[in-house]
Amino acid sequence: MKSKFKVVFAIIIFAGGWIIGSNNNVAPVITSSMGGASYSGGFQADVAISAVPQRTTGGTVIVVEPGDSIQAAVELAQPGDTIQVMPGTYSETVYIDKDDIHLLGVIQEGARATMDGLGKLNDAILYSGNNIVIENFRITQYKGNGIMGQAGNNFEIRNNVIVDTGIYGIFPQLGTNGLVEHNVVSGIEDAAIYIGMSDNIHVAYNEVFDSVAGIEIENSRHAVVEHNNAHNNTGGILAFVTPGLPIKTTEDVIIRNNFVLNNNTPNFGAPGSIVSGIPAGTGILVMAADDVIIEGNIISGNKTAGIIVNDHSFATTLTMDEESDPNSDRTMILDNVMLNNGYDTIPEVKAVALTELHTGLVDIVHVGSSNGSCIINRHRYRTIGIGSYAECDFTNTDSTESYLLAGGAEPRVIHPEERGEIAYLGVCTGCHSYTGRLIGPSVEVIQAMYAGNPQGLADYINAPIKKRNDFPEMPAQNYLDSETQLAVAKYMLQVGN
Amino acid sequence: MGRFGAHISRSVGGFRLSAVLLSVVLSASPGQAQPQQTLADQCPPSFGLDSNNQCRLRNLYQLYDSLQDRGLGGLKTALPKHRDGFSPQQIDLGRLLFFDPVLSADKNLSCANCHNPALGFSDGMARSVGARGQVNQRSAPTLWNSAFLQVFFWDARAHSLEEQAIGPLFSDVEMANSPEQLLADLKQVDAYPALFKQAFPNAEDALIIDNIATALSAFQSSLISLNSPYDRYAHGDAKALSRNELEGLNVFRSFVARCSQCHTPPLFTNQQVAVIGTPEPAGLPRDIGAAETFDAERLRGGFKVPTLRNIARTAPYMHSGRFATLREAAEFYTKGRGHAVPEGEELLLHWHISDPNLTDTELDRLVDFMGALSDESFMPKVPSQVPSGLLNSRTSISQVAVSGEQ
Repeated sequence: MKSKFKVVFAIIIFAGGWIIGSNNNVAPVITSSMGGASYSGGFQADVAISAVPQRTTGGTVIVVEPGDSIQAAVELAQPGDTIQVMPGTYSETVYIDKDDIHLLGVIQEGARATMDGLGKLNDAILYSGNNIVIENFRITQYKGNGIMGQAGNNFEIRNNVIVDTGIYGIFPQLGTNGLVEHNVVSGIEDAAIYIGMSDNIHVAYNEVFDSVAGIEIENSRHAVVEHNNAHNNTGGILAFVTPGLPIKTTEDVIIRNNFVLNNNTPNFGAPGSIVSGIPAGTGILVMAADDVIIEGNIISGNKTAGIIVNDHSFATTLTMDEESDPNSDRTMILDNVMLNNGYDTIPEVKAVALTELHTGLVDIVHVGSSNGSCIINRHRYRTIGIGSYAECDFTNTDSTESYLLAGGAEPRVIHPEERGEIAYLGVCTGCHSYTGRLIGPSVEVIQAMYAGNPQGLADYINAPIKKRNDFPEMPAQNYLDSETQLAVAKYMLQVGN
Repeated sequence: MGRFGAHISRSVGGFRLSAVLLSVVLSASPGQAQPQQTLADQCPPSFGLDSNNQCRLRNLYQLYDSLQDRGLGGLKTALPKHRDGFSPQQIDLGRLLFFDPVLSADKNLSCANCHNPALGFSDGMARSVGARGQVNQRSAPTLWNSAFLQVFFWDARAHSLEEQAIGPLFSDVEMANSPEQLLADLKQVDAYPALFKQAFPNAEDALIIDNIATALSAFQSSLISLNSPYDRYAHGDAKALSRNELEGLNVFRSFVARCSQCHTPPLFTNQQVAVIGTPEPAGLPRDIGAAETFDAERLRGGFKVPTLRNIARTAPYMHSGRFATLREAAEFYTKGRGHAVPEGEELLLHWHISDPNLTDTELDRLVDFMGALSDESFMPKVPSQVPSGLLNSRTSISQVAVSGEQ
């Protein structure tokens, strides 16, 4: 006991003389990641295994056969329905502007429902609704994206094979709570999987390759990227902030247990695109993103560097955005297996290396200022620019299974009375004043006609019939759901001037 | 009566009452107005009056959420945060001021000359013309839905409706007035001191520059356009868009054209600055735009992304009106990244300016879709005569005023 104490003491003295500002051959701080404290700083999610709430009733199943239109089935489907697309080739753009649709390809003995853009069509599948599931398709030869979401919450994109398709393979944008798993995506001119301006995302068990970027987490928060195989891209896995976008931060991202291998493909991104500036040979890139944890990855054979952490000044092609914080703060690097990275690195990294008299391989390079970053077992890696990194006070992220929201992101809850007021003021007042004629009859007249009969008024709102020769016919307000129609009818019948 | 006439003849609630009163009074005594005018005590359409006599905006997008409450997304997405809470009287006073040429140095130009309701609250000109015939550098932006904006002017230099409203009043090349002159002129008009007192009942001295800005902001915040065919589609009416318009929507949001990446629903702007490299009018130097605002060379030639709501009403297009039609404006984006940037000009073009190779048919469909973003159902009533009794010098407004009379 006594002698051990002495040894520790000696190390501290020794280290005290050497660690500051140098990369010398010091006896390292060894931290075991077997057991120990678990990271608890991120979003506090209940454990969830899916992003789309379980259905309580089975809807109609609509089967699409080769020769049929998938879009026609989408238009037929009601929320709660499932569309099954049989193996065969379909050349169309499918757009889902309604909620709770499950669009499932059927795989029979390996044959998939294949969407073929023929090099002419823009995007394969667009969705804007909530609670959308898209599974089992093969998507190829579209000019735009394979699967693109715009603002739908609670989505699952699973088991799709996306080959040689335009700009992004899978691109959910402006949505909350999504699961992207078990997809195989390759040959993409920008990112194979691109999470853009989204929250609470889980990207797992995907294989992404032969693309400019493998997996990209951009201007998004609370994302776990795990168990993916990102190989032979220009860059493997990226977490960054693009300035000039309306949502300004990337925060709270865990990148763990992925294979990040040989991402040395020459950059074939379009001129001017954000990813066109990524150097070939980038394993993991963190740029201006905060609270990114990198743990348990096998990062191997990436010729520029295994992990690059930088700020916006590194990227001269980016715009100026005074609302965008350019620094990568609180990067946390836990145990990773890193082999043979940085064997043919770029002049910019060599220049930084020179300032530290570093030569040879580069596992980790940090460029630019950083606050609150940390690492464990730094002695294992060939590092540049991490002198300011502290020792992390945790060793793993085991306590965080995912950042998905159990039960899904809930829609906004609007009290029926408020719903009625919103629809009345937002729509009805354009044509109906309280007294006197506008386009339609006055509210007073309507109140007299439907006194005590809100359902009758709701029915009229849903399907108007021409009642007065001297008034134009009222357009049906059947885009409002029946609950809102009744709410607005009740509201209209009691409103005062 | 044409389509516009039909819209302009609408008026609502207290707005209508006050307008009738106004026209009666004014027609009884042309020239100077009578001081005993009553401003509207009810809110314009789409607003509800709360117990504090403040108008609160209500629209169907309030049924939805948006990521980080930023008001950006897809179809059923909440709008960005907005300005409201002005009183009916402030909004109505703002309306009278808006159409009154007494605001300009030479009493010949009202706000409505460059923000003409008949022309989508723009002026139909490539570059607007000031009170003394000065041709401005840029075109007049629409005022529809400005309640939802966080930054104002093409170069994003103002951060509130009030700051925006003050700008043109005292700009040498726009209305060319001075604060002293403006206040003196308004006090000379019999009606205004009393009207300001009604709109700002608690103020010791109601007729001050700040209150002029408040009233103009109040009126601008009431210009709501959210009931277009697109909106009905967004709320759930699958038949609200024609087949061509739907095809256009899919081109618009596709990642080939990428329009929606910056003109993001539901406001159809993401309110960011973008450098897209449109050509300047022949013989004019590059307008550096937001580079001046932010003192940042990377934003050279950058301008605020404009809303596309009611865009079909506001030709010509781009910051200096270089494109006469929506078709030409859309075509700009498919003629090649940087094709209109002259030799020797260095612009850091936005990453979404690409080479989408849109077909002629796709361009036509985009124009169809943008047409489905039109809605003027909440068009405010144009005063048949303003408190100063001055006439707007340019015929377009006069015509509007005439067609607005009941």
